[in-house]
Amino acid sequence: MATKKFLYINRKPPHGSIYALESLEVVLIGAAFEQAVTLAFIDDGVYQLLQNQDSSAIGTKNFAPTYRALGDYDVNRIYVERESLELRGLVKEDLMPLTWEDEDDDWAEKDSIHVVGSAELAEIIEQQDVILNF
Amino acid sequence: MSVLHIVNKSPYDRNSLETCLRLAAAGSAILLIEDGVYAARKPSSAADTLQQALDNHPLYALQADLQARGLATDSLIDGIQLVDYDGFVKLTTEYDKTQSWL
Repeated sequence: MATKKFLYINRKPPHGSIYALESLEVVLIGAAFEQAVTLAFIDDGVYQLLQNQDSSAIGTKNFAPTYRALGDYDVNRIYVERESLELRGLVKEDLMPLTWEDEDDDWAEKDSIHVVGSAELAEIIEQQDVILNF
Repeated sequence: MSVLHIVNKSPYDRNSLETCLRLAAAGSAILLIEDGVYAARKPSSAADTLQQALDNHPLYALQADLQARGLATDSLIDGIQLVDYDGFVKLTTEYDKTQSWL
């Protein structure tokens, strides 16, 4: 099967709608089919990666910890738009630390999250074969 | 008592909070729920706007929605009052009517 470059664009906050959870599930399915997966978090989508989310009191599935599994599926290109963080008063340290282990580098643990400016993100969008929006 | 204004949309996605603040009479209360609670996290322009609104309005936020979104109490603007679901119900009884800025 030919490998295609898939980009998943996430622009919605995590708990007000089903989009964030649906995106995460589709991403994990795509990764299981060994496609080249890239994630982008833009606008309110950056809130999906905030630390210490606990939805037990609102009675919904607490899916935030599942983002930590992305590294195990070799999903390690996670781009967060810097402008979206700045508008919300957020910095990278407010986000969950997401990592992956590089088997070509003695399983060194590496950062999956890359904070990039909009110009760089525009280039990343240009490079994709398929773009899915959530 | 007057009106309880309820905002459930992110201030970065919709203008619900902005319109609410423009049309809420002095003394009326504002309750943030669901994605509306993101406005209370500082530092941000939305938090600055809310901080000023506190001069004219009691301001509340639903604790369960803050917790779900990872917004810690010490990251919120000063003077905001947190309520649980029982407190939410109590507020709706204390005010004459509620206005939800959907």
